[in-house]
Amino acid sequence: MKTEVTIAGVTFQNPVMTASGTFGSGMEYGEFVEIGRLGAVVTKGVAADPWPGNPTPRIAEVYGGMLNAIGLQNPGIDVFMERDLPFLAQYDTKIIVNVCGKTMEEYLEVVERLGDTRADLLEINVSCPNVKEGAIAFGQNADCLYDITSQIKQKARQPVIMKLSPNVTDIGEMARAAEAAGADALSLINTLTGMKIDIARRTFALANRTGGLSGPAIKPVAVRMVYECAHAVRIPIIGMGGITSGEDAIEFLMAGATAVSVGAANFADPCATIKVLEGMENWMRQNGITDIHEIIGCVQS
Amino acid sequence: MERKRKEVGKVISQKELAPGIFDMWIETHLAQQAAPGQFVMIYPRAESTILPRPISICQVEKEAGRLRIVYRVAGKGTGEFAGYRAGEDIALMGTLGNGFPLKEAEGKRALLLGGGIGIPPLLQLARELPGEKTVLAGYRDNHLFLQEDLEQCGPFYAATEDGSVGIRGNVMDALMAHGLEGDVIYACGPMPMLRAVKHYAGERDIPAYLSLEERMACGVGACLGCVCKTTRKDAHSHVNNARICTEGPVFEASEVDIG
Repeated sequence: MKTEVTIAGVTFQNPVMTASGTFGSGMEYGEFVEIGRLGAVVTKGVAADPWPGNPTPRIAEVYGGMLNAIGLQNPGIDVFMERDLPFLAQYDTKIIVNVCGKTMEEYLEVVERLGDTRADLLEINVSCPNVKEGAIAFGQNADCLYDITSQIKQKARQPVIMKLSPNVTDIGEMARAAEAAGADALSLINTLTGMKIDIARRTFALANRTGGLSGPAIKPVAVRMVYECAHAVRIPIIGMGGITSGEDAIEFLMAGATAVSVGAANFADPCATIKVLEGMENWMRQNGITDIHEIIGCVQS
Repeated sequence: MERKRKEVGKVISQKELAPGIFDMWIETHLAQQAAPGQFVMIYPRAESTILPRPISICQVEKEAGRLRIVYRVAGKGTGEFAGYRAGEDIALMGTLGNGFPLKEAEGKRALLLGGGIGIPPLLQLARELPGEKTVLAGYRDNHLFLQEDLEQCGPFYAATEDGSVGIRGNVMDALMAHGLEGDVIYACGPMPMLRAVKHYAGERDIPAYLSLEERMACGVGACLGCVCKTTRKDAHSHVNNARICTEGPVFEASEVDIG
């Protein structure tokens, strides 16, 4: 059974990855997961300098999902390169570093610093709904997305994945803008902006008022958007949003994703990534699939 | 630090100690590594609830492989747990967090202060803490819980908000009213109480170990959801925001900026 997939010239042993922000830099899940079995680890977003993130509460559970407003707390690129990258480099898996910034210059600085490291690909976060400057501002307007993508492509030494926001009118337009600017791949969806009111306290459940919705509740939206993007562009797509089982992963692959990421499910079960991988392989076996490519994008209009 | 793991334990018994306060014994391998002040994550079965619930460890019987949790029903997850009966499976992960430092109490008079659902973790602490110890527990009303267990560990004083038992007020009021003194404080309870403890300890220049809580998602230090402001750079992000699940939940009062 062949589960290898290739994105922008990089071959992954299987299409199951972690979603940025839900798996740290792998270290925290090392006691639960054989990291070397994963297709890739996608790291928590890293910026040029340390970011403190938002006030607490940062987490709220909702029916079938959760809201988060972490605000991209991260130690900055120096600590990341000293501590987190060497940890991940010990494992037989690919490393995708998620990059965030408040200004174009900050994104470019991180991208340049990562140039001669063990990072296999870069994922550019232009879609975090929880920080006020930068981030999502670059990802909600096609011209801005084109601009940042092309500038990053000029500096990047690794293939560039643009992570798209679902909080837009036309996800296909955003996908086309990123592709036209030279993006090597897309990943989607980031979280959907949501809100929860704590009725006992008569105020917002999150200190940030709004947060990003993730978990099983968003899966149908994510599958639809992956399908739309797969038909809008030719570059490969990493699909995510509410994946908790092998069958969920298969659904995204059929919709046109070349790989998938497991996010909030890591919280519901620290072994979720392996469960998704094994579930996917079992499904392939049961359905006589010998190569994962037989099902990628198999659902056509 | 022992390895963290997720496993399926068995409910040994469950009863309601006070309105909405439940007492559950669980058969689990995690008992062998459990330390006072640590917590476990318990996973609700309902698929609409995706996050595990952090619950403090109340009592440990290592040889028998049993853990006791005493928790308040606060929502859907804990509401589900309250319905578990003896013999049922319970999914849990642990043991998590640093726990209370025990050595700091050697040769000293320790004050153990608990407010509401912050009382349960003080029981295992009181059982293991060396030296002289006094427990003060603050309740809402006359529905006391864990009183008998705590009384076996040393002098015990209660405070109630409505004055129905012990001193009217909170644990700090009881501390003053009884003229109690200590050389080190261990505390768990609501934030206003912990602020008062921090202030009290600061004035007397004695160490106070506070167990904090916050909304959590992963419980293992990955999601950065459960941070608290610290006075020094934290180990993970170096931004004075430590992870309560990993660097905590117990912090020395002067380490945290809780207002």
